[in-house]
Amino acid sequence: MDTTHSSPPGADGTEPVLQRHFDATIARDQRIEPRDWMPEGYRKTLIRQIAQHAHSEIIGMQPEGEWITRAPSLRRKAILFAKVQDEAGHGLYLYSAAETLGADRADLTERLVEGRQKYSSIFNYPTLSFADVGVIGWFVDGAAICNQVPLCRSSYGPYARAMVRICKEESFHQRQGYELLMTMMRGTPEQREMVQDAVNRWWWPSLMMFGPPDDASPNSAQSMAWKIKRHSNDELRQRFVDMTVPQAEKLGVTLPDPELRWNEERGHHDFGTPDWDELMRVIKGDGPCNEQRVTRRRTAHEEGAWVREAATAHAAKQARRERKGAVA
Amino acid sequence: MTAGKQDWPLYEVFVRGKRGLNHVHVGSLHAADDRMALTHARDLYTRRNEGVSIWVVRSEHIAASTRDEKDPFFEPSADKVYRHPTFYDIPDDVPHI
Repeated sequence: MDTTHSSPPGADGTEPVLQRHFDATIARDQRIEPRDWMPEGYRKTLIRQIAQHAHSEIIGMQPEGEWITRAPSLRRKAILFAKVQDEAGHGLYLYSAAETLGADRADLTERLVEGRQKYSSIFNYPTLSFADVGVIGWFVDGAAICNQVPLCRSSYGPYARAMVRICKEESFHQRQGYELLMTMMRGTPEQREMVQDAVNRWWWPSLMMFGPPDDASPNSAQSMAWKIKRHSNDELRQRFVDMTVPQAEKLGVTLPDPELRWNEERGHHDFGTPDWDELMRVIKGDGPCNEQRVTRRRTAHEEGAWVREAATAHAAKQARRERKGAVA
Repeated sequence: MTAGKQDWPLYEVFVRGKRGLNHVHVGSLHAADDRMALTHARDLYTRRNEGVSIWVVRSEHIAASTRDEKDPFFEPSADKVYRHPTFYDIPDDVPHI
């Protein structure tokens, strides 16, 4: 089974051979599996990438989770519940994938709550109205789909397989958001205003989800060579804009970018430049909700300690009873 | 902070998608015991009717062949081409074979 990670090769001179084998596997577009030899850099980069992705799913439960108790109908509440539960599931699939590389799940959680590992900048923005739930589904999950579909072909097998599972479920997330917004757009003028306001607030942070522009993304080239990143940040951002513009038209909202227009020559939309200083500030911890998100995660983890302890105690008691039963 | 949790062993999860199919490995999880592993596996890996049966097994109980490079383990099957039907030349006009 693919759970133990291989130890680095010793000083017996086998490394160049192993490296060639690894390079050839990547070149053939085949998958690297947990027990295969892999360069330490590949392992480390992947653990960081998968852990950040997992943390994003887990922290991503919070902005929308805040609306579960205030959902306007039982139908919306059930949907939102299911969606937030999916985010938890996605986080767990990804922690499971990270563990196949030798990472320890408890250790990853600790790094998150101590602020030593990052998560997506988008979740550091507040959800001010119920329309935000719809816009998050539409923009944030739409952007996540752009990012994640190519990762189904990641060179690392367990990560690619987790992404297949996740992408299947993301489609529900995006569609429930868009449908929610369509419903609000058919409602009162105030409801339409709420949707436009949410669109205005989430548009630029959503474009920032794809990361800094290509010329300011130093690690991308190596990740592309390893096929753990399949398209550049700017390519994916463009894809997201092209995908979203016609959806916005159908919905009847305006995307808050005066420079946004179709460029016949390029066959793509031109659009304005996100505020990269803002992205850097949010990544460094100075977004509107960074403190709140991490504190909430830490509190949940600490307050859940007794549940974990009780489960352990219960399992020990059951095991003792079974042993007694076997003796009697 | 993580006391207790660290004692929870890792389980591998296998799901049978529907009757007639094999159980397939889908991922892993941590649980205090077998029963908890099964319920967690249900909640985590079969939220949309992905399965009709689940196996969980402690990861440490799985024995595995070694990593792939230069592994002589599969060599016995590599040099027996006569085990494949395409090894045999049969004229095109012989029917049903």
